[in-house]
Amino acid sequence: MAGITSYGAYIPYYRLPRSVINAAWGRGGGRGEKAVAGFDEDSITMSVAAGMDCLKGTDPRTVDALFMATTTAPYKERQNSTIVATALDLGREARNTDFSNCLRAGTSALLSATDAVKAGSLKSVLVTAADMRLGGAAGEDEPAFGDGSAALLLGNEKVAVEIEGNYILSDDLADYWRSHEDTFVRHWEDRFGRETGYMRIPVEAAKGAMAKLNLTPKDFAKLCLYGPNTRAQAGLAGRMGFQPEQIQEPLLDTVGNTGVALPLMILVAALEEAKAGDRILLVSYGNGSDALVLKVTEEIEKIRDRRGIKRHLEMKRALDNYGRYLRWREMVSLAPPARPSAIPASMSAQWREHSSALPLYGVKCKKCGTPQLFMSGSSTRAHICVECFAKDEFEPYRFADKRGKVASFSHDYLAGGIDPPATATVVDFEGGGRGLFNMVDRAPEECEVGMDVEMTFRKLRYALGTHTYFWKCKPVRD
Amino acid sequence: MPGSIKDRVAIAGMGCTKFGERWDASAGDMLVDAAYQAFEDAGIEPKDIQAAWLGTTTGNTGMTLSEPLRLPYIPITRVENACATASDAFRNACYAVAAGIYDIVLAIGVDKFKDSGISGLGNGGVPGPSHAMMVESAPPRQFAQLATAYFARYGLSYEEGKEMIGRVSWKSHKNGALNRNAHFQREVSMETIINAPMISSPLGLYDCCGVSDGSAAAIVTTPEIAKSLRKGKEPPIFPKALQISMAPRDGNYNSKFDYTHVETTVRAAQAAYKEAGVTNPREQISMAEVHDCFSITEAVTMEDLGFSPRGKVREDIMSGRFDLDGAQPVQLDGGLKCFGHPIGASGLRMIYEMYLQLQGRADELLNPGKPSRQIKEPKLGLTHNLGGSPDGCAIFVGIVGLEGV
Repeated sequence: MAGITSYGAYIPYYRLPRSVINAAWGRGGGRGEKAVAGFDEDSITMSVAAGMDCLKGTDPRTVDALFMATTTAPYKERQNSTIVATALDLGREARNTDFSNCLRAGTSALLSATDAVKAGSLKSVLVTAADMRLGGAAGEDEPAFGDGSAALLLGNEKVAVEIEGNYILSDDLADYWRSHEDTFVRHWEDRFGRETGYMRIPVEAAKGAMAKLNLTPKDFAKLCLYGPNTRAQAGLAGRMGFQPEQIQEPLLDTVGNTGVALPLMILVAALEEAKAGDRILLVSYGNGSDALVLKVTEEIEKIRDRRGIKRHLEMKRALDNYGRYLRWREMVSLAPPARPSAIPASMSAQWREHSSALPLYGVKCKKCGTPQLFMSGSSTRAHICVECFAKDEFEPYRFADKRGKVASFSHDYLAGGIDPPATATVVDFEGGGRGLFNMVDRAPEECEVGMDVEMTFRKLRYALGTHTYFWKCKPVRD
Repeated sequence: MPGSIKDRVAIAGMGCTKFGERWDASAGDMLVDAAYQAFEDAGIEPKDIQAAWLGTTTGNTGMTLSEPLRLPYIPITRVENACATASDAFRNACYAVAAGIYDIVLAIGVDKFKDSGISGLGNGGVPGPSHAMMVESAPPRQFAQLATAYFARYGLSYEEGKEMIGRVSWKSHKNGALNRNAHFQREVSMETIINAPMISSPLGLYDCCGVSDGSAAAIVTTPEIAKSLRKGKEPPIFPKALQISMAPRDGNYNSKFDYTHVETTVRAAQAAYKEAGVTNPREQISMAEVHDCFSITEAVTMEDLGFSPRGKVREDIMSGRFDLDGAQPVQLDGGLKCFGHPIGASGLRMIYEMYLQLQGRADELLNPGKPSRQIKEPKLGLTHNLGGSPDGCAIFVGIVGLEGV
C-alpha cells in the first residue's frame, strides 16, 4: 500500500513573542510566540530544510519527484520546486511540480503524490509544504501568522503511515484571499467565514471520509486539524464528534499559523508520538477541505531519528526586538545604505554551476583522496587537485550533508547587510575540505574557533527581481 | 638559476604626493605632481623618459598616464596586481633597464578612490555565480579572520589580542603625526584605539587603514647614469631584491592554510633575502614599510618576514622594537594605516620612504615643530605588499639600499 515512508519538518530558529508585537502597538498581553523565518529564509529555503530532515538516510537520487506546496513562492514564473530539488540533490529527471494558491496545497500535493505512487508512475515522491505569509503591521494576522515547513516522503516500500482513504470537497468560499497585487491577506466579514466556511466544510469532509471507510471518531487516535485559533478548532473537532484529548496540539502558541504547512506540521508532530496501529484523521481547509485517513505501521519506529517538530521547537532564540522583525520583512522604509547596491547572480554563471553549487558539491581527488570544495570567484569546478596537483581526476563529493568545525571567523558590522553583523566563517569539514560561509542563527558571543557547525540553504540576496540562493552554516544545536 | 637585480639598476629620483582624501585632485593631477617631483629630484626632463610602467587599479591602459603628462608615443605598460601594483610596476621597470633595453624609465602608481561616494572600497564586481556572493568580500572581514585564528592559536585573550594589535596602530599614528604628507596626522591613545567602534571583530576602527588618494613615482636608470645625475646630491638608491609571489588562493578551501600566517609572504621574503644576500633579517634589515592594511596584518607579517620568532611578535610589538626609535623601525611614515593607501601607489610610496631615509632626507617631510623622523644610518630597507586577502594574495617583498651594501 502506498504511504508515507519518512517525515521531516523545519521551524525557524527565531521566535517572536506575541507580547513583543503587542507592546510595539501599545497593547498589553499576547499569548505564546510565533516562529519567524530569518531575514535570509523563504518558502524555498524552508522547503529545503524540511526536505533535508525528511531525507535523512535516503539517497536523494532515489526520489523521483518533488511536489512543493506553498502560497508564498518566491517566483511566480520559474519553478520553485526545481530550485528546492536541485539544492536537495534530486536528479535532473525528477518530475517536480509547484502546488500553490490555496491553503490546501499541502494536502493536495500529498494526495497527488499518493496517487502517483499508488499508480506506480512514480516510486518515491517528496512532498514539501512551507509558508511564510506576512501579516500587515498592527493587524490581527501579524501575531497569528508564523513560518515553518514540513516534508513527507511517499513510497510503496517500508511504509510507516498508510493512506487508507480520503474525502475532498472543493468550494469557492472566499473567506480570505490574496490577489496578484496584495502583500497581505484580505478577509471577508469573519462571521461569514467562520459560520459557513471553517466551522462547516471540514465537518462535511471529515464525516465524508469516515463514512466512506466505515469508521467513527472512536477509531482514531488523533485528529490533525488545521485551525486559525485553538478555540475554533476545539469547537470544530466537537462538531466532527471528536473528544478534546483526540486533538493533536495545533502549534498555534509555539509556531503560529503556518498556512499551507500547518496541517502537515501538525501531522508530523502527531507521527512523532504515534504507535503502530494508530489511526489519524488529517483535515485541511481552504476553498474547501481535504480529509485523509492515515494508519501508522511498525515502520514508524525506524524513522524516529528526525528533528521534526519536537526538536525544532527546542532549538530557538527569542527575537525580543520588533524593529529587527520589521527590518527583516522590509515592513519599514530603511535609510539607504552607504554601500553600492547589491547585484543579483548572473543567470548564466548560476546555471553553469547548478549541478555543483546549489547542492553544494565539491570533489574528491581520485589520486590522493582529498575532499575539496573549490569556490573561486567565478567557478565551483576544480580542475587541479589542491593537494597532489593531479588534473581533472575527481569524483563528486557533497558537502551539504557534512558537519564541520570553525577554523576562524569575524563579525563584520559594515558589510552586514540587513541583519548586521555578518559572521563570515571558515569551516573545516569532517572528513576533509574547507569552505568560507556566513554563519546564521547564532549569537555573536557564542562563536568560537573549534565550534561545530552544519550547513543550511539560504537566500543570499534579492536584487532586480532575482533571488540568489546558496549555503550558509549554523551552529549544531542537538 | 635565477639572477639577481642587486646593484644592477638605480633610482635616480622619486616623488610622492600628499596622500589622503584628495577632494582637490584628480588622478591626473596627482600623476603630474608625483612625476614632476621625481623629474626634478633626478634632474631630468619628461622627454628623457624612454618608457613607463603605470600601476593603477582604477584606470585603464597606459593612456591614464600619457594623457595628463603628455608623454607622446613612448611605450607605457599598465600594471595591476592589487596592493602590489606599484611595486610590480617598479619591478618591471627595473627589469627593463637591467635587460639593457632602456636607459631611463618611469615607474609610477596612482589611485583615486574618493570620488566613489562611499567609505571603504565597496563590493564591486561583475555578476557571477551564486556562491561568489556568499560572503561580502569586504577586506576587514578577510583580515579579521587572521586575528581570530591568531589569538586562538597562541592563546591570547581577546583583551591581550586587542592590546597587541592596538599597539601596532598606536605606533603608526605616532609616526604619521610627524609627516606632513600623511593622510592621518594625529596621535591616538591606546584607550581610544581599543574602545573604537567595531568594524569587523576583533578589528575596530583604528585597526583599519584609510582609503586614500595619492600617487608616487620613481626614475629608474643605470647605476652610471644615476650617479652622474645625482652628482653633488645624495647618492642614488639601489634595489637589492624584487620578489613577487602569488598564492594559489586556496586558503578558504585548503585546511592546511592555518589563518595565523601568510605563507606567500614567507616565500617572497625567502626569495628576496636570497637575492639580496640577507641571512639574518632581524639584524640586517634596518627598517621596513610593510602592508598594514589592518593592524593584525602588520603583526603577522613581522613573523612571516622573520623579524620576530613565530608566535612571539607580541613581545616585540609591546617592547617597542618596531617604533621609530626601536631596533627595527616599521612604518616610519605612518604606513598604510596613517600615510594612506591609494592601492596603485602604495608600493612606490613605501620605496619613497626607504629612499628618503637612506639618503638622510626624511625630515624634508617633517611637520613643523615635531622631533626628527630621520633614523640613524639605515643600511637596508624592506618593503612589502599584500594584494588580496590572507587566504589568497599577491605578495611583493623588495629590498633597497645604498650601493654595495
